[in-house]
Amino acid sequence: MKSFSGKALRWEWRDGVVELTLDRAPANEIGTAMLADLEQFAAAIKSLEADTSACIISSAQKRGFSAGADLRELYHGAIALPGKERNAGVRGFVERSHAVANAIDAASFVTIAAVHGVCFGGGLELALTCDVIVADKMARFAFPELRLGLIPGFGGIPRLKRDLGNAFVRDLLLTGRSVNATRAQAVGLVAQLAGEGESLKVARATAAQIAKFDATTRAIAKKFLKPIPYAELKQEIEIFCELFARPAVLAALKKFVESTDAMPYLP
Amino acid sequence: MRTLDQTTQEVVDLAARHFNVAVGTLAPSDDFFKKLGIDSLQALELLSRLENHFGIELPDYEVQGVSDFRTLAERIQSRL
Repeated sequence: MKSFSGKALRWEWRDGVVELTLDRAPANEIGTAMLADLEQFAAAIKSLEADTSACIISSAQKRGFSAGADLRELYHGAIALPGKERNAGVRGFVERSHAVANAIDAASFVTIAAVHGVCFGGGLELALTCDVIVADKMARFAFPELRLGLIPGFGGIPRLKRDLGNAFVRDLLLTGRSVNATRAQAVGLVAQLAGEGESLKVARATAAQIAKFDATTRAIAKKFLKPIPYAELKQEIEIFCELFARPAVLAALKKFVESTDAMPYLP
Repeated sequence: MRTLDQTTQEVVDLAARHFNVAVGTLAPSDDFFKKLGIDSLQALELLSRLENHFGIELPDYEVQGVSDFRTLAERIQSRL
């Protein structure tokens, strides 16, 4: 499928490059609509691989790449169900998210996340499935999940550990703080910095360079350079589901959803 | 090294420019959420701007509960 337009994203193939644009107001929160559209993309990857050298994932929303999981939808969906059904529902969502992330991670074409604004939680997990992160100088990155009594559930910890030194990973996860793009580049999370509003332009230039090389060699090199930590990813699912079953998590989600605080992202 | 007053003035001026309000309409004691009508994500944009300008990192948990420019400047000052 060379082009697609869904409720939360669209993609267009042109001259060997797929541009996938996340576009769900207000900040590309990852809920059922976004996941369903991402699953469409994951399903299309095999058919795109033969003619595609690179895929750029960017956002059309002003607020940023993605603010992460749709916590409001998660909370309202969770409280509507009794305990066992709730946990099964969450597990199903998490497993589907992992399947999408693994498919993007394993694509033979090079994937580039062009990030601006907020790239938090599930949004950062989506960016981490990509081979290259290009970020504009105003972008911010965070894994705030511990604030809700959770850990990242869409593959974030194994992928972050794959890419970065553990000291920074511990700081980011255990404080739940956000870091700016300059720091993110210094630690190796961001490969290239772009001027404000220029991340897509820089990503396109990167894709054009990547397209020059032999496709078979590129695919083999990518697979060798970026092994996918499947065992640890499965372990993350189990830990996430175990944590989600705790009453403290629903309480934290309730607090977030009902907050009138100016900065609800802070603990 | 900057004084706190200098830092505070730079914070106020940067906020005015970032949110496109006239420089001089913001005061150090202003509640920036109310005065600028911004939300948490916009506050994080300002944080990025400030970090880039001052060449520091300011963990967002250090600005929890901070809503005026002067106190924000104090947090920044401790990182200079």
